[in-house]
Amino acid sequence: MKKRLGFYLLLAPLLLWLFGLIIVPHIDMFFLSLQEKLGPGDYQTSLANYAAFFNEPLYWNTFARTAIMSILATMITLLIAFPVSYYIAKLAQGRIRAVLFTLCLLPFWVSELVRTFGWMILLRETGVLSHLLQWTGLAGQPVEMLYNDATIMVGLVYTSMLFMVVPLVTTLDSLDNAHVEAGYDLGGNGWSVLREIVIPHAMPGIVSGSIVVFMLCLGNYLTPILLGGKSSLWFTEQIYDQFITRFNWEQGSAFGFLLLILSSAIVWTGLRLTGQNLSSTMGDGGER
Amino acid sequence: MTTATKTIRLALVAGVALAFGAGAVQAETLRLLTWGGYAPDAVVKMFKAETGIDVEVTKSNNEEMIAKLRATGGGGFDLAQPSQDRVTGAQSEHNIYKPIDLSKIDSAKFITSMLEATKGNTTLDGKVYGVPHIWGTSGLVLDRSKAGSVKDYTDLCGDAVKGKVSYRLKRPTLIGFAFAMGMDPFAAYGDKAKYQEVMNKVEAKLIDCKANVKAYWTGGDALLNLLRSGEVVAAMAWDTGGWKLNKDNANITFVAPKSGALGWIDTFALPRKTKAEDAAYKWINFVMQPKIAAMITASAGNFTASKGADAFAEDALKKRFQDSFPQEAIDNIKWYPPVPAGLEDIEGKVLDRVKAAK
Repeated sequence: MKKRLGFYLLLAPLLLWLFGLIIVPHIDMFFLSLQEKLGPGDYQTSLANYAAFFNEPLYWNTFARTAIMSILATMITLLIAFPVSYYIAKLAQGRIRAVLFTLCLLPFWVSELVRTFGWMILLRETGVLSHLLQWTGLAGQPVEMLYNDATIMVGLVYTSMLFMVVPLVTTLDSLDNAHVEAGYDLGGNGWSVLREIVIPHAMPGIVSGSIVVFMLCLGNYLTPILLGGKSSLWFTEQIYDQFITRFNWEQGSAFGFLLLILSSAIVWTGLRLTGQNLSSTMGDGGER
Repeated sequence: MTTATKTIRLALVAGVALAFGAGAVQAETLRLLTWGGYAPDAVVKMFKAETGIDVEVTKSNNEEMIAKLRATGGGGFDLAQPSQDRVTGAQSEHNIYKPIDLSKIDSAKFITSMLEATKGNTTLDGKVYGVPHIWGTSGLVLDRSKAGSVKDYTDLCGDAVKGKVSYRLKRPTLIGFAFAMGMDPFAAYGDKAKYQEVMNKVEAKLIDCKANVKAYWTGGDALLNLLRSGEVVAAMAWDTGGWKLNKDNANITFVAPKSGALGWIDTFALPRKTKAEDAAYKWINFVMQPKIAAMITASAGNFTASKGADAFAEDALKKRFQDSFPQEAIDNIKWYPPVPAGLEDIEGKVLDRVKAAK
């Protein structure tokens, strides 16, 4: 009995937090999203705000664009982070390992805004890189590298790198070196060992890292706006615009919900395609 | 018990009593929702010295002010400073303001014509919701050595300045372009269908013009950087931005476009749940004194509605103003009339489509 009480007391802050700051506001937002604005101060309950999303190609396209770019950013992050994590977990020794890990962490000691401005200083027309190119004679005139999709991608990958490296290092760390050696002893080459032993073992890390990075990209606001310039078109920007500049909270809430539902659907599909499930990636990883 | 401990105990009891009677304590703070530069530290300190009231300044813009006050039903702040054209629309839709008690305002301190015009524009159901504070315009900020060809908003789409143009994707741009294209959007305010027609034409123009634009600016500082570095040579912006740059680079300044600069007046409005109404009136009457108003002009860069403050304004600023505004340009300023509720929906869709266009 006493043990139970302790359990509930410890659980209370979490429940309060979940309930008060997440569930209640979402319920409120859900009801708001069902209000259709007929005129000033005149509302009726309907699904019009959701219909607007599907009827107006602009909103639908913005979401598709956001999702596709986020998926791409996740894949690029994985491709870059995997060798880095493998090196940190398996090849680096002692202090080097700690130093490398800290180096990955270092950019996150400053705020996201400062990091993004850093990229802007580097890439703008009168920026560092443009001057460097002109100085070396590779470019005859100032080069504008900001305000396009590639820049957004660079920013997103840079911002999410750490969130891929950490889970990958942890899972790769738990891989017994003997398994890799056994793979070679049985006649495998580098590629087949990677495919048959390392990747299957790292799968929980890959999946959880990918989910985190995908969600971070999808929900990112600053990076696409600042680096993307005049054609940034990010779905979170749409939500912000609806709430703040259009005073259309009803539409904004509907967009918020659609983002929640559609991103959950994408994550679920991703898990299905890779044959994973949430408990094996977020839990203790089963056989480890 | 010594007198000292007695005093301490008394003070403690009084403190607790005050804390529970919240109103009395909070009356000593004025929570001001305003624009950058409108409440400089020096003025806040002088106000505190004279009245004992602390001023807590939150910097914002028109849209955020309405959104913030809407979220709390007009609470959280004691005095706000929306532009005069955005008061009645927001009030009729969200009921976030409280009428101003004009008997508590020292109207002799205001420029009469501006006070009357603002009162007229912020009147809803016979009640006045705003009095004027600071006014200014938006128009063109140009590097005259490189963008001499630009005389009006539509010239921003010319080949001479291709790729070196910036403007905001917000309503002033839509209004400005409509005027430059020979239409009168303000005359169409009352007729939604007609306004939609005007906006459709502006939309086509802006989509057409998109290739010319370097970036749609969002913050004043970002725009100043673009102009200072020479990456942008012509922009649609506020007058103060141009004058600020003029200090460092004589080529850059604010130019009133041929079709007329767009004039705005930022007001004082009381949020409906204001908790320090008296302090708010004190602040209004305090900052409208000519000398204080001149200090605010020096910090914000724009002139105030205070009578006689011009005499104390910095000469350099006056000179810049006269350069940008010959008498006929002043007469040609298009002052924003109040925005009827609902027009923002039309504008929002237009802005979305411009942003999405390739």
